[in-house]
Amino acid sequence: MLRNYLKIAIKVLLRRKFFTVVSLFGISFTLVVLMVATAVLDHVIAPLPPEVHQDRTVSITRASMYGEHSQWTGGAGYRLLDRYARDLPGAERMSVFTSPDQVYSYPNGNKVGVALKRTDGEFWQILRFDFIEGAPYTADDVESARPVAVITRTTRERLLVGAPAVGRTVEVDGQRFHVVGVVEDIPRLRMIPFGEMWAPFTTLKSDSYKTELLGGFSAIVLARDRAAIPGMQEELRSRLARAELPDPKHYTTLVAPLESTFESLARTDIKSESSHAERLWLLMIGGALLFMLLPTVNLINLNVSRIMERASEIGVRKAFGASSRTLVGQFVVENLVLTTVGAVIGFLASLVVLRAISASGVIPYAEFHVNYRILLYGIALTLFFGSFSGVYPAWRMSRLNPVQALKGAAR
Amino acid sequence: MIRLEGIEKVYRTERIETVALADINLEVREGEFVSVMGPSGCGKSTLLNLIGLLDTPTSGSVHLDGTRIDSYQDKALARMRNRQIGFVFQTFHLIADLSVVDNVEIPLLYRRMAASERRRRAIEALDRVGLASRVHHFPTQLSGGQQQRVAIARAIVGNPRILLADEPTGNLDSQMGHEIMAILKELNSELQTTVVMVTHDARLAEQTTRILRLIDGRQVN
Repeated sequence: MLRNYLKIAIKVLLRRKFFTVVSLFGISFTLVVLMVATAVLDHVIAPLPPEVHQDRTVSITRASMYGEHSQWTGGAGYRLLDRYARDLPGAERMSVFTSPDQVYSYPNGNKVGVALKRTDGEFWQILRFDFIEGAPYTADDVESARPVAVITRTTRERLLVGAPAVGRTVEVDGQRFHVVGVVEDIPRLRMIPFGEMWAPFTTLKSDSYKTELLGGFSAIVLARDRAAIPGMQEELRSRLARAELPDPKHYTTLVAPLESTFESLARTDIKSESSHAERLWLLMIGGALLFMLLPTVNLINLNVSRIMERASEIGVRKAFGASSRTLVGQFVVENLVLTTVGAVIGFLASLVVLRAISASGVIPYAEFHVNYRILLYGIALTLFFGSFSGVYPAWRMSRLNPVQALKGAAR
Repeated sequence: MIRLEGIEKVYRTERIETVALADINLEVREGEFVSVMGPSGCGKSTLLNLIGLLDTPTSGSVHLDGTRIDSYQDKALARMRNRQIGFVFQTFHLIADLSVVDNVEIPLLYRRMAASERRRRAIEALDRVGLASRVHHFPTQLSGGQQQRVAIARAIVGNPRILLADEPTGNLDSQMGHEIMAILKELNSELQTTVVMVTHDARLAEQTTRILRLIDGRQVN
């Protein structure tokens, strides 16, 4: 039976080539847009190396002090993180680090910009970088403020022509660093690990950071397990509620959300206890559905006219024993054939588009791939398309009176 | 075998009401070859559609082997059509996208049957109507007479007890018409298939065991 359905599905697709092309374009274009969007999102929030423990990692990237009439919001300060975020109950490890600073080096007289992130030693324990040379610097290096650095493959090529780099010295921002390790490039969109060069935060030129509640630092905390995260968040809120603020006249409250990368992206109000991440999920799902609505309605219309043209065939099949339900099945299968062809085209086009975006350098070091998550998402979209746009026309058709259908007068 | 009791069929639109059939009482015995005659629009095809469970009467009842069947649900009706009834239409109604053998297989698609068995039976049915050499042709590659033979093969492939033919020779020349009639008679005599045939052709009707005449939707004795 299925072979008969497939035969006729292919024949129908070939018979009405214009309809088929329009339908396939709608399906594949929609899939390309949604799969590319998913690949980008996946690239930002999926648990990819070096963020291998992302399921139990939370971070503090922003903080705010506010009172009745004043508010000061920015990055977290070292003092806030060091004094209030350390040793939270349920935390396995914690790392503090700066936002990447654009610093410059002048190898052979050429000005080269490098994103320098200053970290502690724990940074290398929580995040698992892929070292192609050497090893990370240690907690001891950080404590002793040794001028050591880890650089990326691209930074090695730009500052130190030719491998190996370990043992050599680079000069950036007027400081000389001894290279101890080289890692693979990190995509710019992976905000927590991103850098082109990493050095101990104790090598900062000034130690004024030590007294700042708000500043240019962030922290990641690795929980023992996911269940420990709410307790850690509660404890941090409680500690910050008791924090000594520098200007109590203007600022009465200090907040610094401890949350996942996605929650951090979703947060619109730093004062709110919840980031309302579910709102962003709903918004994204709603947006995707809305985006799919137009091609789906278009496909439904095309399918209705395509199926109703075949009223006589429907009449014949009914006369020879097809029930309405069997016919719905047949037309849904036919539509799934169409959407599967569209999906294959869309999938191949997505690969091309993602490769082009990766190669363009629009997003530094981004390597967009179609992995199993994106593939599953694509299959889900295809099934959604195939069944949703096929069921309604099939249902309408199945209600045709066989006598009318045989006359070809589809109503 | 087939019994129609007090059948009335009325088509209603917002403005008019058309009585297609009224007060039809009919019994067709197993193995009979009945022809239905009457002027155009007298309700012949409507009657055939009611016997074939393609349509439902406005009032009255349709019985098969003593069981009332016109009130069956869609699935049961579909099963009944598939197992008991074969249709032959004036305009053949072959599916142009499918080959001859695929067209003939259609009734068997709705039964639990292996593909190889389905194919074997379809070829056997085509052989019976003298078209075994055309199994892989498409309907448009055949003459009208050959297409009607394919339609007959499709109608008999499932070994139905009842064959309903709606002006099966209406679109054919007289030579082809006689060939088709010969096949129907052979099916009736050899396989004991009950045949109900609508026709305008008195010469063909005379070859059947009984003639039922309709005028303005009413049975004429």
